[in-house]
Amino acid sequence: MKLLRELLFPLIAVLAAFLVGALIVLLIKDDPILTYRLLIGSALSWPDGIGYTLFYATPLIFTGLAVAVAFRCGLLNIGAEGQLYVAAFAAAWVGITFGGVEGKSVANLSAWLLVPLACLAAILMGALWGAIPGVLKAKTGAHEVINTIMMNFIALALVSWLTQYHYKAQGDPILQTVPTGAAAHIPRLGTFVPGLPARIPLNIAFLLALVACALVYVFLWRTKWGYEIRATGANPAAAEYGGISTARQIVLAMAVSGGLAGMVGINEVLGYRYRYYDSFSSGVGYGFTGIAVALLGRNHPVGVIFAALLFGALQRGALFVDIFTTNVSKDLVAVLQALVILFVAAEALFRGRFNRFGLLKRSKI
Amino acid sequence: MNELFSIGLIYSTIRTATPLLLAALGGLYSERAGVINIALEGLMLAGAFTAAAVTHYTHNPVIGLAAGMGAGLFIAAIHALVCIRFKADQVVSGMAINILMIGVPALLSGALFESTGATPQIPLADLLRRAPVVIAFALVPVTWYVLYRTPFGLRLRAVGENPEAADAAGVSVAGVRYAGVLLSGALAAIGGAYLSIGQSSLFTRNMTAGRGFIALAALIFGKWRPVQTMLACLLFGFAEAVSIQMQGVVRIPVQFIQIVPYVLTMIVLAGFIGQSRAPRALGIPYQKEK
Repeated sequence: MKLLRELLFPLIAVLAAFLVGALIVLLIKDDPILTYRLLIGSALSWPDGIGYTLFYATPLIFTGLAVAVAFRCGLLNIGAEGQLYVAAFAAAWVGITFGGVEGKSVANLSAWLLVPLACLAAILMGALWGAIPGVLKAKTGAHEVINTIMMNFIALALVSWLTQYHYKAQGDPILQTVPTGAAAHIPRLGTFVPGLPARIPLNIAFLLALVACALVYVFLWRTKWGYEIRATGANPAAAEYGGISTARQIVLAMAVSGGLAGMVGINEVLGYRYRYYDSFSSGVGYGFTGIAVALLGRNHPVGVIFAALLFGALQRGALFVDIFTTNVSKDLVAVLQALVILFVAAEALFRGRFNRFGLLKRSKI
Repeated sequence: MNELFSIGLIYSTIRTATPLLLAALGGLYSERAGVINIALEGLMLAGAFTAAAVTHYTHNPVIGLAAGMGAGLFIAAIHALVCIRFKADQVVSGMAINILMIGVPALLSGALFESTGATPQIPLADLLRRAPVVIAFALVPVTWYVLYRTPFGLRLRAVGENPEAADAAGVSVAGVRYAGVLLSGALAAIGGAYLSIGQSSLFTRNMTAGRGFIALAALIFGKWRPVQTMLACLLFGFAEAVSIQMQGVVRIPVQFIQIVPYVLTMIVLAGFIGQSRAPRALGIPYQKEK
């Protein structure tokens, strides 16, 4: 019964969002049924639809987990965007500096060393970028929301400066670094999944994302640290009274959150583009979509996977909506995302209606 | 080096500060009433797009500006409803509004003008180059007066500092908060409209480019007070103006000037140069005792 309640509510929010989305499609004089058929249908074909859906879902699992972990500590990390940028750059920097790239390298490590090192760099850089607003919150009480917003912009400026002035190939019109050494590539799933062509950029990072979900579950519900983070989020005063250092938990939660967001860099740099590409998280941005993913997934790793798959599918389907409808563009996906967040956030809107059936009682975290 | 700091730079500073000031003053009304408004970016985009589209059709920038304000009011009403009536997390709602306003203008622009990237160019004669600047700076003393010398201002501050006491004194907490959020929508929309039908002559995708967040930073840097907020906007506007003028002239990367507002805001928030204290009830939905 509890599980049903947990499932029912996000489902209603998604349906409500799609309904309003359909009205908007009607408003701009197009066919909502065709639009939704393209949006969902083209994400389910094999191998391209499913391959790309999983590829697009990968960064969203990471950022969804990142937001969820912070949420469990009562913090809102809207800085995943900045964290994933500095992390992706760090991964590329390791791949270039220790990957035997001519003129930029100090060493030429083998893949067995280079890949773990690049992953570690991404995670640690993301964790650092997340921990700073955590420390500021713990030490000075400065609101993490404002600081993470500010650090998003600082991150973007920082990596774009590094790219433009120090790591761009001479004469390259695109703002991107030189490619990393080939040893810093991680395999695409197409190289060993039968029927999946290797041109689809779905890579090992997707499996890593699933592992991260399991680890986050264990961390939050099976370790002392996770317990203390959740206690801090549920009731900071009570947690403090119970002997938990809430300041330390805030820093820890933000660092873990930032590290998870940073893992987007593994998918992007080591598994997909093999270099740092400026503003790669364009459109709405993986970090911001992560908020929608976490909210819809009820801040639970399993929920995060499903929500990320939904938004990954929408991102894939959006390309076809763009091409095959007359008036609707792929921007409908951003609108749907925003509507999902609004409906999940305004859950009181539904609770009032459904409460008399006892269906939507607020669940305890 | 000398020609950098010319009269041109002063004008340029005022022009770049104008949209920031309008959005920041808007944010001030919302936040002093206790509702966090990180949706300023989205509200500006709503104003910018609507003003450009309506001016294109009517050839009348005043109608365009009014329509832009209407769009800002409408979007702010969603934020207000979700935050005040349904007591949602105000940051989450604000973020959703920002994402919504990445999508909606592009979607409408694609349907109306067959380009999701930009609206059609508006003729030079149809632009509103001065009025928004005058409105912005005139609103500073007006806001000061409203905030500290009128009953509405007193209620606004009371609702943001101590809603229980305001409620006990017979003030409608929800009503005043609605007014604050709606005002923020109208003002931020003027700021956005100035970008599309004042500084340039069309709406382009995501043309606010983070100005809503800089305005929020200015509001915090200005300690939620009108005059200080104006000074913060001028400072951040100056940084932007300098970075525009310096492009290709001085060998300091523009990125370092771009981050000035963000770094300063973080320093102020941490209390290293003076305390910036938010309204006490900021971000807390008001639950009437039963």
